Amino acid sequence: MRAFGAIVARDLRLALRGGSDALTLVLFFVMIGIIVPFAVGPDRELLARIAPGLVWIATLLGMLLGLERLFRDDDDSGLLLLFRHAAIPLEAVIAAKLIAHWLLSALPLMLASPVLAILLAMDVGLWGRTVLSLLLGTPALAAFGALGAAVTVGLRRGGLLAPVLVVPLCVPVLIFGVGAIAGTGTGPALLFLAAISLVATAFVPFAAALALRAAGD
Amino acid sequence: MTVSAALPPRMLKAKGLASRRGEKLLFRDLDFEVGAGEMLLLRGPNGSGKTTLLLVLAKLLRPESGSCELMGGADGEGALHFLGHAAALSNRLSVAENLRFWSALCGGDAASLEPTLQTIGLAPIADLEADLLSAGQRRRLALGRLLCAERPLWLLDEPTTALDSAGEQLVSTLIDAHLQRGGLVVVATHHDIPLRAPSRVRELRLGAP
Repeated sequence: MRAFGAIVARDLRLALRGGSDALTLVLFFVMIGIIVPFAVGPDRELLARIAPGLVWIATLLGMLLGLERLFRDDDDSGLLLLFRHAAIPLEAVIAAKLIAHWLLSALPLMLASPVLAILLAMDVGLWGRTVLSLLLGTPALAAFGALGAAVTVGLRRGGLLAPVLVVPLCVPVLIFGVGAIAGTGTGPALLFLAAISLVATAFVPFAAALALRAAGD
Repeated sequence: MTVSAALPPRMLKAKGLASRRGEKLLFRDLDFEVGAGEMLLLRGPNGSGKTTLLLVLAKLLRPESGSCELMGGADGEGALHFLGHAAALSNRLSVAENLRFWSALCGGDAASLEPTLQTIGLAPIADLEADLLSAGQRRRLALGRLLCAERPLWLLDEPTTALDSAGEQLVSTLIDAHLQRGGLVVVATHHDIPLRAPSRVRELRLGAP
């Protein structure tokens, strides 16, 4: 348990010292909100209608940005080899890194979502549903991203490949995520979203551990 | 000489090990045993497979054929320290934070931090970011990992690289103490590692002449 906590704490500390990563992410997220009204015109009704989709697109792309650093630095420094001799199984190490990844890539976006809500002319109710759907859906995005990062860590140009692998997996999350914000009868969509997140976060540590073990051979 | 058995008696056994990197068969039919309190020195020219053998022993690489096993313990992958070329440092963490992280990760005792810093000679710069360390200091810090959690088998790949003569002395001292406790050491090196009990050292020469 101490090892688990230490890994989460280390990743958070490194990111906070690195400084700009989380800020870049938030800036990217907010910038989409700034650009879109210019592109589609200042039609408040239209903006409010497409806002749920835009928020999810911005979230998905934003979370893809941070994928590279998830395992690459540890691989370069040799720490990934050390993880395989840790006091806890590699699966647990990855679960810890997954939690840190979610805290660093999804949480800042949710904190920045009020800004996006204003820029996209969302009302308070719509924003509330957006945050709820992000809360339930982003764990799945983080998990699929971690899987993509683990599979591509042994490849030299893996940074380009991971998003291509991850995006198809994220499409269901996007569909139910937007479905949970817009329209009527959002209950089932929320449940589906939660289900996807639970299944993904439960299975991904095992799949990613398999990928990391295979990468060494 | 008696071995104070702080560690349960163990034996590293390799049978018929063979490995290849790409097309090249590096070694085959490798049989050896390393007992408690013994050190195996891997010798051989560059590219003869010393590092590969260490990776195989660390279970980080599957051998082409054969098997190796650490007998006499039930702790599986948590029974060894692997010290490779890459020091596994987190550049933005300080010296002490790196040690503390390794200690937590490897299930070590947090109280050993201070003595470890003293031993590896980095106590005066414990708060310095690892980014700013010299190559030799990074190597010393990596050696500190061996001390932050007690594990029976040490696999060391060129442990004296970039170290000054005091640092080389430190490596000898660490290995000596570990053997004294009944630990096992496999080390790949081109340098001499003088020990107090040379009778416990065996050599394995890789790379056919």
